[in-house]
Amino acid sequence: MRKLTRVAAPALAVATLFVSHHAMADFGRIIATGGLTTVEGSGGGGLVPWATLSSYAEEGQWGGTIAYNQVNLDDYKLAVKAATISVDNRWEFSVAKQQFDLLSLGGSLKQDIYGIKYRLGGDVLYGAMPQFTVGLQHKRNQSFDLPQAVGAKDDTGTDIYFSGAKVWLDGIWHRTWLANVTLRATKANEMGLLGFGGDANNSYELQGEIAVGMFINRNWAVGVEYRQKPNNLGFAEEHDWYDIFIGWFPHKRIAFALAYTQLESIAGADGQDGIYGSLQVTF
Amino acid sequence: MARIFLVAIWLLLAVPVVAMERTLYDELGQEQGISQLMEAFILEIAEDDRVIHHFENVDIDRFHRMLSEHICELSGGPCKYSGESMVTVHTGMNISRAEFNAVVENLMTAMDQQQLAVSTQNRLLAILASFHKEVIYQ
Repeated sequence: MRKLTRVAAPALAVATLFVSHHAMADFGRIIATGGLTTVEGSGGGGLVPWATLSSYAEEGQWGGTIAYNQVNLDDYKLAVKAATISVDNRWEFSVAKQQFDLLSLGGSLKQDIYGIKYRLGGDVLYGAMPQFTVGLQHKRNQSFDLPQAVGAKDDTGTDIYFSGAKVWLDGIWHRTWLANVTLRATKANEMGLLGFGGDANNSYELQGEIAVGMFINRNWAVGVEYRQKPNNLGFAEEHDWYDIFIGWFPHKRIAFALAYTQLESIAGADGQDGIYGSLQVTF
Repeated sequence: MARIFLVAIWLLLAVPVVAMERTLYDELGQEQGISQLMEAFILEIAEDDRVIHHFENVDIDRFHRMLSEHICELSGGPCKYSGESMVTVHTGMNISRAEFNAVVENLMTAMDQQQLAVSTQNRLLAILASFHKEVIYQ
């Protein structure tokens, strides 16, 4: 947690520059519109960053979240500590620390991710236009020996993504639905845990990611996410990921998600499916 | 996989809703149900420090009557809303996005108190959400 504080401090400092004098930490948006925190720290679902902005900060307000995500797979375990600050329902700043334990091989891979997201326009709830955002995730691999040994070219990389999200309050079956589409340009191998670029490909690839969710009521949502991934390393094929999730928003201050996650084959170890758990506190 | 899913969603959205559905007016409990709901809604607003200042000089009885009439008409009931347009009503109030959301939450609480089904709540919320642009920053 001390390390998280250290990396969060610059993000907080930048964020405060955007907070106008009258802005207050507040909860001016409708419950669940802040979504959850992804494995890369950005606001969204679990695997896919969404066009939603973290926290419940409306115009003239700011808010933040802290989150812990864990994915338990057959041969691996991913743990993510993340924090976000959002300002004016316009900007989202995030920081995440990933630790990916290699349960069968021993050791672990680590990565820090600094994210920024900007709402270009639209509103996820109101009006005909979806909410559109553009974002960056700057990733710094902290354990590059193994990625380098299997052909990765760089220990840092920056993903650029564009997202659109829309909510239908009265959708199919008179339930509230959300759909999100994200396009990401990336060189990351397994999100960057295996470095960036590789012997098989060393240029940016455009990847599509989607999420569809249905709110059973205001507090419970179910949905699916799908995420394309590039294939830059010759030593093992990289696969697309998907998850099927249940989200629980009992209160604006707290949210949980539980998911079945299928991450296919990672670094040659097949059948990496497992359970994803996520906890988010909003302030 | 992604493409199949998007096509499936598109088909579901494109299928027209079966015509036999009850009107929202009936689901809200017709005139009496709407009147009770609007009363609960106004009581919620009255206790909400975020928005109460906008209602200080409002004639509550008239506000209740106009709201009920409007909801009755919008939900497919046999009423004719006799008030001004949403833009006119809110002109000069300069309602912020956060204040609009606060009032939506007041309605959600009121609908919960009236034990309205989620589907009924969503139908009403969707109608009110469509006025967002006409209400804020007027």
